[in-house]
Amino acid sequence: MEYELHLFIITGIFVILALSLNLVLGYLGQPALGHAAFFAIGAYTSSLLALNAGISPWIGLFIGASFAAISGMIIGHLTFHLKEDYFGLATFGFGLIIYSGINNLTDVTRGPMGLPGIPQFIAFTDLYNSLIFYCILILLFVLITIFLTRRIIYSPFGRVVQSIRDDELAAEALGKDTRQVKIMIFTIGAFFAGIAGSLYAHYITFIDPSSFNVMESILVVLMVILGGMGTIGGPIIGAAVLILFPEMLRFIGIPDAVAAPLRQMIYGFLLVILIIKRPQGLVGKYKLW
Amino acid sequence: MPFLILENLSKHFDGNLVLDNVSLQLKERELVAMIGPNGSGKTTLFNAISGFLKPDQGKIIFKGIEINNLPPNKIARLGITRSFQRIRLFHQLSVLDNMLLAARYNEGEKLFSALFRTRLIHKEEEENIKKSLEYLSFVGLFDKKDSLGENLSFGQRKLLELAMAFASDADLILLDEPTSGVFPETKAKIIQNIQKLNEDGKTILFIEHDMELVMRLAKRIIVLDHGKLIADGHPDEIVNNEHVLDAYFGKRKSYA
Ligand SMILES: Nc1ncnc2c1ncn2[C@@H]1O[C@H](COP(=O)(O)OP(=O)(O)O)[C@@H](O)[C@H]1O
Ligand SMILES: [Mg+2]
Repeated sequence: MEYELHLFIITGIFVILALSLNLVLGYLGQPALGHAAFFAIGAYTSSLLALNAGISPWIGLFIGASFAAISGMIIGHLTFHLKEDYFGLATFGFGLIIYSGINNLTDVTRGPMGLPGIPQFIAFTDLYNSLIFYCILILLFVLITIFLTRRIIYSPFGRVVQSIRDDELAAEALGKDTRQVKIMIFTIGAFFAGIAGSLYAHYITFIDPSSFNVMESILVVLMVILGGMGTIGGPIIGAAVLILFPEMLRFIGIPDAVAAPLRQMIYGFLLVILIIKRPQGLVGKYKLW
Repeated sequence: MPFLILENLSKHFDGNLVLDNVSLQLKERELVAMIGPNGSGKTTLFNAISGFLKPDQGKIIFKGIEINNLPPNKIARLGITRSFQRIRLFHQLSVLDNMLLAARYNEGEKLFSALFRTRLIHKEEEENIKKSLEYLSFVGLFDKKDSLGENLSFGQRKLLELAMAFASDADLILLDEPTSGVFPETKAKIIQNIQKLNEDGKTILFIEHDMELVMRLAKRIIVLDHGKLIADGHPDEIVNNEHVLDAYFGKRKSYA
């Protein structure tokens, strides 16, 4: 039972991460390839605040998310004018910078040794109780993320966001301040990714750079594309499938040493098939091409 | 004061002078046609007025405001709308959503309004939906209101473009070849709509290559050739203008 609860929690965290990327990728139509960077900023900020300054994770969560949001805003200011492919490259580069930052700033982040002993939100003595608490907490944050995403997207503002995805120039010609809207969506997307990162850190209690590398960004992109961009259900399904799928490999008895490379190959294969056969994802409606 | 003033506009692309010292004034409620051979700079002139392209030289003044340094979205919000020669619509949004995006009054498009929905915002949206549906009926696209933009035929897209111009309630409407490539019956509809817009008090500048249509619809014609404004006047003067005859018929160029 503990294991199932753990999977539920991890899936929930990735649902939040995928939903946040979906705002940028699915609704705004910008191929952000460095989303793990915001996840990392949230995780490291609140972990370091808790470890070094004794700041409660409850407060660190929002400081971490705000740092992520500010980074998203800065990235938005720097990249709003870039065409899709260059935007993809720039965000990919940003992902690399943050990754190598946490890897190399050993004085602060301890680099590859990682940060152990990150405090949890509430210290439980009983593992089961702790898992139940985290299930409820994560579920709550998933629901908040869904609620706010819907609120933002099913509105005249959300219509403008989607119009930029379809044709930025036409949106500009109709008087939409596309630059401002893009920066807002980058900021909000980064904020929720930061929330997810901080939740992750204060649940797992140990983080190191490997959880925030380029593959991690690609995994989140795959979640959104697999499930279906530009829908709420898509990223949820995509996150669930891609978190639970490796567990199934383990379940059917494939050893970890084989499962890890096999998984990456299958991800790559999935991406190719999807892009060719079903560009709108499993339940999506917006087509990538 | 004239409604729109273009003062000595010049623009060149890699050494080619595409707009050559163009000066022009439009009065409110005018319906003006722009003609000229292919590549004479007509679309470029629209791009300059709507802010998508910054002229190398010259000034553009709209309703007394200098607009040549403003971004396109600001110019649009001052009351200029344009269509594109290659139609630009929102393909993966519904026809009604396309219309709502064009609506002039849209306080609800602020992020704040999305998060905190006030009664006023709801009312504005309802009002915009009502008007959008009226305009769609008027151009004959009411039945298509829930279709995605990408599922419209070419002619329907051209009509939607016009309906969006209605919805924008812009004071100056720039139409880049609104009737090119459509069937005669759609063409008739489009013409009827342009006339209606003009009767509603809109100032319209449209690029057109069907001379018969131009002669019938416009009371004033502007002719561009190699980026130069070579003639500007009543249709009767234009057809007898030596430069125009030269540009068009003398050298047997294809036009528009
Ligand atoms: N963005 C651009 N870059 C380079 N050349 C351009 C650009 N836009 C237009 N031109 C050139 O400017 C000239 C005028 O084009 P255009 O304004 O589209 O003519 P028209 O609409 O009258 O057919 C053409 O020679 C075209 O190739
Ligand atoms: Mg043209």
